[in-house]
Amino acid sequence: MKREPLLAALGAFALIACAWAVPWLKFILTIALAKGIAVLGILLLLRAGQVSFGHSMFLALGAYTVAFMAPTEPEVLLLLPAAALVATGFGLVIGLFLVRYRDIFFGMLNLAFAMVLYSLLEKLYAITKGTDGIRVAGLTFAGTQPERPVQEWVMFGIALGLAILFGLLVSVYLASPMGRALAGIKTRETRLEFMGVPARRVLLFAYVLSALMGGVGGALVAMTTRHVTPQIAYWTASGELVFIAILGGAGSALGPFLGATAFELVRVYAAAAVAEAWQMILGAVLLVVILFAPGGVWGLLSRRWRA
Amino acid sequence: MSEVLLSARGLRLAFGGVKAADGIDLDVRHGEFLAIIGPNGAGKTTFINMTTGYLRPQAGRIEFEGKPILGLSPRAIVRRGIGRSFQLPQLFTEHTVLENAALAIAARRGIWSPLAPLLRPRWRDEAMDLLDRFGLRAVAEARADALNEGARKLADIAMAVALEPSLLLMDEPTSGVAAAEKMAIVETLVRVLRSTGVTAVFVEHDMDVVARFADRVAVWSQGRIAALGPPAEVLADPAVRRDVIGIAADA
Ligand SMILES: Nc1ncnc2c1ncn2[C@@H]1O[C@H](COP(=O)(O)OP(=O)(O)O)[C@@H](O)[C@H]1O
Ligand SMILES: [Mg+2]
Repeated sequence: MKREPLLAALGAFALIACAWAVPWLKFILTIALAKGIAVLGILLLLRAGQVSFGHSMFLALGAYTVAFMAPTEPEVLLLLPAAALVATGFGLVIGLFLVRYRDIFFGMLNLAFAMVLYSLLEKLYAITKGTDGIRVAGLTFAGTQPERPVQEWVMFGIALGLAILFGLLVSVYLASPMGRALAGIKTRETRLEFMGVPARRVLLFAYVLSALMGGVGGALVAMTTRHVTPQIAYWTASGELVFIAILGGAGSALGPFLGATAFELVRVYAAAAVAEAWQMILGAVLLVVILFAPGGVWGLLSRRWRA
Repeated sequence: MSEVLLSARGLRLAFGGVKAADGIDLDVRHGEFLAIIGPNGAGKTTFINMTTGYLRPQAGRIEFEGKPILGLSPRAIVRRGIGRSFQLPQLFTEHTVLENAALAIAARRGIWSPLAPLLRPRWRDEAMDLLDRFGLRAVAEARADALNEGARKLADIAMAVALEPSLLLMDEPTSGVAAAEKMAIVETLVRVLRSTGVTAVFVEHDMDVVARFADRVAVWSQGRIAALGPPAEVLADPAVRRDVIGIAADA
């Protein structure tokens, strides 16, 4: 779709304009971009027809890497790659085991790993401070420690830059032989084998890439919220990522960002408007999307163009 | 180089009490078109499955280009140069026909590139050329699940041919194809296969197709080869006419 770059540029511009016009939205939008990066990973697995119900584990790995390292190494430009590396390493080890499974087993085994990580983070109080969580303080940006409002702009800028980078990367990958083979796992995995292509390795690459993006998303969340708790690994957090993927639509790398922005904004405004009932509103939104717009927000937008 | 490309000896495989292979001995010669005929349940597909690594015979051996291949994985056997197509076409149904072909080309040329597009100009041209030879250029941009059965069969075989195998095993390439289309499809197929010089083994129920295009015919019956020879001889054999052709005419 030729219009994707144009829409991406418009979207980025709209986000910057919103963050500028409504300063308190900057925080929300940074979180939305961070989650969007993680949801790109869910999108990759959806292309293979697989759903991970435990992807929050990679956000947690990225976030806790930041929390553990920040006291000794507060440099954001080092913490981000470190978080990515840790999540990628775990993604590779867990992925080697998981790519043997499909469908409900794949989804549930992801959930199982995430639950193990969640309980470790909660129970190992001496290391993780349990449910109290760890505060992230004193971050430096290329050696400098700017004022709070500037820092917020810098975090927003980093998240936006990485969102564009990973969005591009995922678009290019999905059009590549490996990306098209990945989509082949959904419809005719056996054909890949008949062609001499190991389907598990095709899926493993996608899984590791999704873990990497999960780690980066988690690190950005930790750097933005400045407080990391086991909640980030909880199963509802994983469900939220899948929710965002479906809300945004799996048809384009823009979907996760459309979904994440919509999700965070609905959450904020719904929570303000009807206090405890925002989950109900989100549930209703999801129901409407699944029933009437299975391509998600992206599907609605691209259908409008074609019409 | 020996004249024999594939050599099977004493293949045996029983499912419970059913002897799907009951001592199969067969040499497939370089460059020939060998037809396999026989009633349903005779073990024709089982032979293809054993040769391509999907089923492991309980006894016997199979050599390809003089080397044993028994016990190799289907993937390893494909890489040795044995391709196959399926009775039910195995296409990537949500991909276009062009992408299906390009993926098969990528499988041979190197699929492990995450940054260059699948439909890069050279592969697109190569895929288009392949589809052209199979008469599928007009449906290149259609989704694979939108094709009719004949086109689906051809696309399935085109993907196997894209891997440039030296031996191609085809399981009922014309079954399910409308009678009116059948001869045209077989003619296209034979023209492409002859131009590549591939050795072909194909399971076929249509005796006209067998008589016209096969160099030799093997008659399968209850897990054994009941007759083997040129079509003119084999198809004239009264026992074959009674047991196989009579049944095929009913089917
Ligand atoms: N995987 C299998 N498990 C059990 N029985 C099988 C299997 N494959 C084939 N058979 C049986 O072996 C016999 C030969 O089957 P097959 O090779 O498919 O015959 P054909 O292709 O000649 O019609 C049949 O009786 C069939 O039911
Ligand atoms: Mg059969």
